[in-house]
Amino acid sequence: MKQYVNNIYFGLKSLVVGLVVTFKAMIQPVVTVQYPREEIDITPNYRGHIELVPNPETGESSCIICGMCAKECPSECITVKSEKSGDGKTKVLSLFVQDFTKCSLCGLCVENCPKGAIQFSDEYDLAGFTKEMFHFDLIKRLKERQ
Amino acid sequence: MEMFNFLPPELIRMIIFVALLIGLVFLNALVMVYLERKIAGHIQRRLGPMEVGPHGIFQTLIDGIKLIGKQLIIPRDVNRPLFRLAPLLAFTPVVLPFVVIPFSQKIQARDLNLGLVFIIAMSAINVLAIFVAGWSSNNKYSLFGAMRSVAQNIAFEIPILLSVLSVVLMTNTFSMQGIVTAQSNIWFIIVQPVAFLIYFIACIAETNRAPFDLPEAESELTAGFHTEYSGMGFGLFFLGEYGNMFVVCSIATVLFLGGWHGFTLPFNDYGAIIWFMFKVYFLLFLMIQIRWTYPRVRFDQLMNLAWKYLIPISLVNVLITAVIVKL
Repeated sequence: MKQYVNNIYFGLKSLVVGLVVTFKAMIQPVVTVQYPREEIDITPNYRGHIELVPNPETGESSCIICGMCAKECPSECITVKSEKSGDGKTKVLSLFVQDFTKCSLCGLCVENCPKGAIQFSDEYDLAGFTKEMFHFDLIKRLKERQ
Repeated sequence: MEMFNFLPPELIRMIIFVALLIGLVFLNALVMVYLERKIAGHIQRRLGPMEVGPHGIFQTLIDGIKLIGKQLIIPRDVNRPLFRLAPLLAFTPVVLPFVVIPFSQKIQARDLNLGLVFIIAMSAINVLAIFVAGWSSNNKYSLFGAMRSVAQNIAFEIPILLSVLSVVLMTNTFSMQGIVTAQSNIWFIIVQPVAFLIYFIACIAETNRAPFDLPEAESELTAGFHTEYSGMGFGLFFLGEYGNMFVVCSIATVLFLGGWHGFTLPFNDYGAIIWFMFKVYFLLFLMIQIRWTYPRVRFDQLMNLAWKYLIPISLVNVLITAVIVKL
């Protein structure tokens, strides 16, 4: 009999405690973000597709076309091409394309670049109808960002 | 209106009332689904529907239109007549109790002198509808849902009747208006708190709401008795469920919370409907909050609650009430 009364008492008490918990949660401010209408800053650890880092002095890419990124890439998704410059002595970066459909975001290219010319972008809302839309021309992107 | 003069005025009054009441059932379902989703959202610290209309107020309307537009699929091996009958059987008895609910002193379709018995009899038909739906669907999940529902409803009908009885012993009438009038001095929740608590718990079980939603436990039975229903067939079960919630909460208001009694409002004979609706929606809010607070009980726990706790306690409560009334 004592057990019976105890069950009722503690049962009802725990039910009331539960209701208080949910009521408190209900009147607290919401923690979700209404995504298309408001956006929050993305964490610096986020790995999007790669992009070229602009050289602070010239504004151009500091890529030396060593090809380490393309060679290192386990998915072989980076293509780097160069052409001779006007005086025929130095090489100029002419093509830097990442095939993002194959990229596994391992970050080896960013780690291995001797000049630190590659970084992860913070693009997270990527969507497209064809896979060609995910072949990113990074030189074009660098120019657009400036 | 000359052309309607051959009809008895009472009949015209009834027809207008019933049309309005059916409107109320639909409107209530719209409001309740919206409230349910909003409150669920805020309890989980998100906003709930936000897209359709300002703060998503047209969301349920759009959902309703979508349901009406959908095809009513009838699987090959179902029992066709029963399968078509069950949603109607679930919806119609839910509208009937509204006839005797006293929204205010003057707003009531009909004050039957057995009003309370009428409501309890009508809400018992709901069990039949669930059972017919489960049986005719020819689906193991539906059948299990229906079996659970019948066991659950039989078990929880008894504490409901006993707690209602303890109020009726005090008022000496089954008329809804009479019970409200008897509470002009003191609400029965103060005199009969145990009966109110038992009634409310049993009603949550009776309307198959969480934490007693075993007949439609989605993790075990996909959707329970309405697994095979699509489109408006499912919609009618849904409407019936929300209508039923309104009915049980308005009975709780009439029996324990003083019905339309409150501070006198302008045009009190009619305006007191605001008090009534306020109390009903407070109880409905509590039901929604309970749904989003507690986890679903196991079946043996459900039965233990009914047979070991609610029924003995309500029996003792009736006994004590009877002795005190007789003294």
